[in-house]
Amino acid sequence: MTPVLAELSVGDALPPLTYRVTRKQLVQYAGAAGDFNAIHWNQRVAVDVGLPDVIAHGMFTMASALRIVTDWVGDPGLVKQTEVRFTRPVVVADDDRGAEVEVSAVVGAIDGHAGTARIDITAKFNGQTVLGKARAVVALP
Amino acid sequence: MALNPEFVGKAFPYDEPFSVGVEKIREFARAIGDDNPLYRDREAARRAGYPDLVAPPTFAIAVIMKAQDKLLFDPRLGLNFDVVVHGDQRFVYHRPIVAGDELSSTPYVDQVRVLGGNDLISLRTEVTDPDGNPVCTAYGTLVARGTA
Repeated sequence: MTPVLAELSVGDALPPLTYRVTRKQLVQYAGAAGDFNAIHWNQRVAVDVGLPDVIAHGMFTMASALRIVTDWVGDPGLVKQTEVRFTRPVVVADDDRGAEVEVSAVVGAIDGHAGTARIDITAKFNGQTVLGKARAVVALP
Repeated sequence: MALNPEFVGKAFPYDEPFSVGVEKIREFARAIGDDNPLYRDREAARRAGYPDLVAPPTFAIAVIMKAQDKLLFDPRLGLNFDVVVHGDQRFVYHRPIVAGDELSSTPYVDQVRVLGGNDLISLRTEVTDPDGNPVCTAYGTLVARGTA
């Protein structure tokens, strides 16, 4: 069921989400998105440019974090705007476990006139946030 | 080396529209591990009022990728792509992207600047349908680390 704007309050929490990302998924995402930057699949290149190891595509992290909002509203077409700043990389080790990212979100603002809610998203890897100002604006009935 | 300021304020329309395919949406949704039925079940999408599958919101990056890359890899811009990371990204959706869309992308360079030894470029890409109606506006900043 899609949440109803009149029943929301600022500070309400969305159901949390935890996801894992492995090297295999980064390769899969590279193909799906058409982003073959080698820092997302080649450790040698990643280390050469000063990164600790292969890192997830920022857009993979954005897509995965935004799922907390689309899972909640059901219809992804209700997302009117979304934005993130990429503040820390998600480092993905060369093993089967990969990296675990914990996503949480709260209602940050409600605009009754526009019929929208702003959802503020937090994504953490190793206990540290990896996105800044991560937000989505959704239209709700 | 600073980025070429002559790029600022200019439009770089890309000549080939992006055809949004059913299997491309399914592939993208699988890659981000999202099993929302509106991304994979055409009947479910139609029941929800859409003409066909809905694309995940961040699918817009795949739509604009080639148009942006053509601009970013232009040697006259002076961007060292080997050391580029993504700084920020924002999408404003004028309507959802659906399978069957034919979408044209026109990137604009809004700003180039130097910050903390890095070269930054801010792009705005306007995505439109064949009638010129706006579909999505994408704003992104790329950071070339240590090149300034």
